[in-house]
Amino acid sequence: MRVVIAEDSVLLREGLTRLLTEAGHEVAAVAGDAEGFLRAVAEHSPDAVVVDVRMPPTFTDEGLRAALVVRDRWPKVGVLVLSQWVEERYATELISGRPHGVGYLLKDRVADVAEFLDALTRVADGGSALDPEVVAQLLARSRHPLGELTPREREVLALMAEGRSNAAIADTLVVGGGAVEKHINNIFTKLGLAPGDRDHRRVLAVLRYLGTG
Amino acid sequence: MFLLRDLVSARTWLAMTQHLTGLIIGFVAIFIVTFGLGFGFGGLFFALAGLPLLGVMLRLAEWFAREERARFALFTGEHIPAWPAPGTDGRPGYRWGIIPRWRTWTEGATWAELCYALLRLPVSAIAASISIMAWAVGLLLVLLPVYGPSLPNGGPTFGDTVLHTRHDLVISVVIGTVVIFAAPQLTRGLAIADGALARLFLGPRRDLAARVIELETSRERVVDAAEAERRRIERDLHDGAQQRLVALAMELGRAKAKFADDLDAARELVDQAHTQAKEALTELRNLVRGVHPPVLTDRGLDAALSGLAALCPVPVDVHVDVPVRPKSSVEAVAYFMVAEALTNVAKHSRASHAKVVVEGHGYPGTLTVMISDDGIGGADVNSPGLSGLADRVSGVDGRLSVESPVGGPTIIAAELPCG
Repeated sequence: MRVVIAEDSVLLREGLTRLLTEAGHEVAAVAGDAEGFLRAVAEHSPDAVVVDVRMPPTFTDEGLRAALVVRDRWPKVGVLVLSQWVEERYATELISGRPHGVGYLLKDRVADVAEFLDALTRVADGGSALDPEVVAQLLARSRHPLGELTPREREVLALMAEGRSNAAIADTLVVGGGAVEKHINNIFTKLGLAPGDRDHRRVLAVLRYLGTG
Repeated sequence: MFLLRDLVSARTWLAMTQHLTGLIIGFVAIFIVTFGLGFGFGGLFFALAGLPLLGVMLRLAEWFAREERARFALFTGEHIPAWPAPGTDGRPGYRWGIIPRWRTWTEGATWAELCYALLRLPVSAIAASISIMAWAVGLLLVLLPVYGPSLPNGGPTFGDTVLHTRHDLVISVVIGTVVIFAAPQLTRGLAIADGALARLFLGPRRDLAARVIELETSRERVVDAAEAERRRIERDLHDGAQQRLVALAMELGRAKAKFADDLDAARELVDQAHTQAKEALTELRNLVRGVHPPVLTDRGLDAALSGLAALCPVPVDVHVDVPVRPKSSVEAVAYFMVAEALTNVAKHSRASHAKVVVEGHGYPGTLTVMISDDGIGGADVNSPGLSGLADRVSGVDGRLSVESPVGGPTIIAAELPCG
């Protein structure tokens, strides 16, 4: 997989480059600001990009805005946004109705290398990856009552919102695939959602339900 | 004894000097002001020639007010605080130093100073004549036995009566002594009354003075609250993230030593270090979340409160309806308030549900913030957290109310002016 990295901290930029290279990916270019990043994406047409939200010159959300540009102009490129803090509002702006090929994770998650690489692959393949903390915020701010769900179903809903596949959910909760499917069907019934067969359609339904769609 | 001492005390004679100097100064002042007002306003009708004249007169009146404050401080010890001087907001009250600006005319202080300049002469004249009369009458009465016999009729004459008997003289001396002893009190009393009058005209308005005192105390409390907050952050950093990083470094050090002989143990230690590092990160993030997260600046209260709601172990309903973003200091206080209240909900309330409502009313208007829970109540208003909150709210001129009867529910509400 060919990756372009946008990150202003040299320490993290080097770390990410080494991590991706060691995992067998190719880091096509690295950039320290949004402008250089967009030029690099245009030049190298990577499979995925990893972008930090806060970058020079204003250190507010230029990374996020650059990510949105990439989403609109190069829809095939997977966009993984990393941040020191994750915010439900930024996630909403990033997804804005199309949770395809986007991810939004805390920088801390890079520490769990395997999971991070898995998320990046998912995003590059057109799936989605939302940080559990963002999902917690989405659930906390949900406009709909989630009180009817059992605690287990809430867990499953959260993992679905993170963009996980049925198999991954089954692994995380240490249950069988059949049990996960049963939970998912219950959730869709209780929340009045049309059941989706494909992973990303399901994510879309969940996110729309939670109020980001 | 004190009556005798007062006869020669410095305060008495300073008060007398005060009346006499007031007489001279008042004479000059009334001349300048009547001349200035008359010719100045008169001059306005012929082109604008009167304007500089009025300017000079006003500046003299200002200077006169300053001089009067100094004179009262010198002679009576009365310190009259000045009005906020025109021009302290960066713009002088006069164009080219001489043409008064419109706002100089509309300022209360200008007219108070002019009135005072006009009143100075009559007031001083009354005070000085009463004081001098008291001394003179007293002395005349006391000294009657000395000079009385040498008067043409053998004593002072009132119509047909001539005071010359021993009985008359004794009464005269007694009354004279009383008057002389009363004279210093009278002189000083008049000086004090004079001071009160000057304070009325030259001092700041009373409501303004009260507001200054209120602001001084609230500023002090805000500074204290900020200091306490800094100490809390320092403590949190020290007890939390720093300790975790120390433990992490130690575990990595031990792992390094184990690599040579015990690879399994080393792997386990690295595993623990990994966990420690991630926990330190989470702790740092939550610490910042409780202070001022970047999203508050970038996207406002509504977006920022999601993070707090998700962090709270008790389910929280958040309703935000703020059509216009208030200024950042108000947003920060509202955010801090919700953070503090939700921390209390999590720590002490034993609530099963909490609710946060933030609403903006009007423009610039007010922001109302309310946090309620269905817990056990009994929150202590004097606890460091809640009193710090009250200080922060008063820092932006807001009002905080805490209702927390034992048995619950707890409602913390604030009204924050946004203008």
